[in-house]
Amino acid sequence: MPLLEVKDLHVRFETPEGEVHAVRGLDFTLEPGEGLAIVGESGSGKTQAMLAILGLLAENGTSGGQALYQGADLMAMEPHELNRHRGRDIAMIFQDPMTSLNPYLSIERQMVEVAMHHQGLSRREARVHAVEMLRAVRIPDPESRIRQYPHQFSGGMRQRILIAMGLLCEPDILIADEPTTALDVTVQAQIAGLVEEVVQRSGMAAILITHDLGVVAGVSDRVLVMYAGEMVEYGTVEQIYRSPRHPYTRGLIDSVPRLDRADDDALHAIPGNPPNMLSLPSGCCFRDRCSRAFEACAEAPELRDAGDGHLKRCHLEEAP
Amino acid sequence: MSGNERPPVLKVQDLAVYYDIHDGGLLRQQVRPLKAVDGISFELERGETLGVVGESGCGKSTLARALLGLVPPRRGRVLWLGEDLVGLDEKALRRKRKELQIIFQDPLASLNPRMTVGDIIAEPLWTFYPKIARVQVEERVRGMMKMVGLLPNQINRYPHEFSGGQCQRIGIARALVLNPKLIICDEPVSALDVSIQAQIINLLKDLQRKLALSLIFIAHDLAVVKHISDRVMVMYLGRAMEVASARHLYRRPLHPYTNALVKAVPIPEPGRRRRGAEETGLRGDMPSPMNPPTGCVFHPRCPWAVKRCELEVPPLRRMAEGDWVACHRAEELDLTIVKHAPGTV
Repeated sequence: MPLLEVKDLHVRFETPEGEVHAVRGLDFTLEPGEGLAIVGESGSGKTQAMLAILGLLAENGTSGGQALYQGADLMAMEPHELNRHRGRDIAMIFQDPMTSLNPYLSIERQMVEVAMHHQGLSRREARVHAVEMLRAVRIPDPESRIRQYPHQFSGGMRQRILIAMGLLCEPDILIADEPTTALDVTVQAQIAGLVEEVVQRSGMAAILITHDLGVVAGVSDRVLVMYAGEMVEYGTVEQIYRSPRHPYTRGLIDSVPRLDRADDDALHAIPGNPPNMLSLPSGCCFRDRCSRAFEACAEAPELRDAGDGHLKRCHLEEAP
Repeated sequence: MSGNERPPVLKVQDLAVYYDIHDGGLLRQQVRPLKAVDGISFELERGETLGVVGESGCGKSTLARALLGLVPPRRGRVLWLGEDLVGLDEKALRRKRKELQIIFQDPLASLNPRMTVGDIIAEPLWTFYPKIARVQVEERVRGMMKMVGLLPNQINRYPHEFSGGQCQRIGIARALVLNPKLIICDEPVSALDVSIQAQIINLLKDLQRKLALSLIFIAHDLAVVKHISDRVMVMYLGRAMEVASARHLYRRPLHPYTNALVKAVPIPEPGRRRRGAEETGLRGDMPSPMNPPTGCVFHPRCPWAVKRCELEVPPLRRMAEGDWVACHRAEELDLTIVKHAPGTV
């Protein structure tokens, strides 16, 4: 049995301009210890899908479908039931470390209470455990720094603290939503390396949400590419990078500016703009921006197996 | 870009901007200077692009504002076509802004939501040429929209009807409408999705060639800057660590900080191990600019720092091939050579 099985997930938002169908029927599974990257640009639905699974959608959002964690449907659970899983079995790290920490509470308060609540530790045991976790994410002098408040740490340190909090209860699944985007580049490299290291050491499964294919390669086993609320491609890291089967994925890989390639003149951009989620085009949503579009694309493509479990939502027979 | 034969359009000499920070509470208040930019010098030729790279707090945005006279410098000179902009009064400075324009990071936030796209792009024209004929303005605006890849028939729409990338095109059209000679781009693509970033960078590069613009392109990401710059200045805590031709900088950085920035860029290849803290070689985080380290400001994080680096501020000095570096040990260190064959480690 997979650790997490998501079936036909839908997310909708009521907005003053009309209904936004942000996630349109997402299916995927996550095995124990597996690293999955969910890649897509802003508005592709990647974050909302994760928030829906954890019951954290904004008030104007509704969700449908199933998210089976070890067979139990998280999305059908009462809030108190779901609370037992959140943090303990499934932890989520958000993009902005400042807004995810409570500025009024010391790091000690924030960590110790989580550990006491979820793991039934005494205050003293919980503190020892929290200090250990801070040390594991390389916060210098954790015994004294645990007494400090969030504003007394730099952005990179705060993100380390969030990672430590995410790992505190040794969850089965760690969901990291663009954990490095808000950080400076040299700190990004440190944090990304740290996430990779802790995930490998603990053997937990991890879902990394990102818009940047450049950061995926090191951390993940599989990649799920989203566009306009749908999965458009799914495969192993090798399959996705070496032989992408969807023109959008190809475009994303080519548009990453690189230092390790000869100085070519122009960057490869994907023309056009992401579709307006309030009024999605008919047929394939990527059609307007796709250099390979042909007559068949007027018809929305189904997800198909391109061989070896490599899935694509594209009418093209050959690789783009 | 060597070119001693042409005089530079912009010559910046020892530019410094300090902000006064008040602290110490109500009774024992003291004012301490935060040295946001501390002695920056460089030259820019006509049609040249200088990339400016550094992490948050390095002073790159303050530098941009100081060049345009939007923040007063503490010392130094900004020579624009031979004339010092520092000390010009507001009126004279405004006239210069016809020639020097800026594009900001957040495309939507820098556009007035209550104005149509046409009015936003036309605003500088009305400001500088109040008597200009309406038909002429509209013609010019439509021409600009076409040039930056917007549909001229969208002239009466509002910013919120456009995507982030399109809003940045509107910002570019507004900056270009007065035919400036220099455009300062302050992180123009940082807020955009990867696929759109490439569009905007290509557009800027294209426009620069067509219009013989000089560009100062500010970013925190070396990979983005690489594609557009002739030369790159790397800043750290208000100072220039290195100013080098883009080609040299990426193949063989002279400064350990540049080396760390090069190594921090992720490479989209399966099997490439993430370059973590060990590989960038950097220790810790950037110190507070309120309390910069002695000697070389980079020394506490530098894996190659020696005693001398704690004591002496390294001057920015000229190396072979016309590159500049501020490092005592630049001659001894042999830093990364970025390989060009894909997949090599």
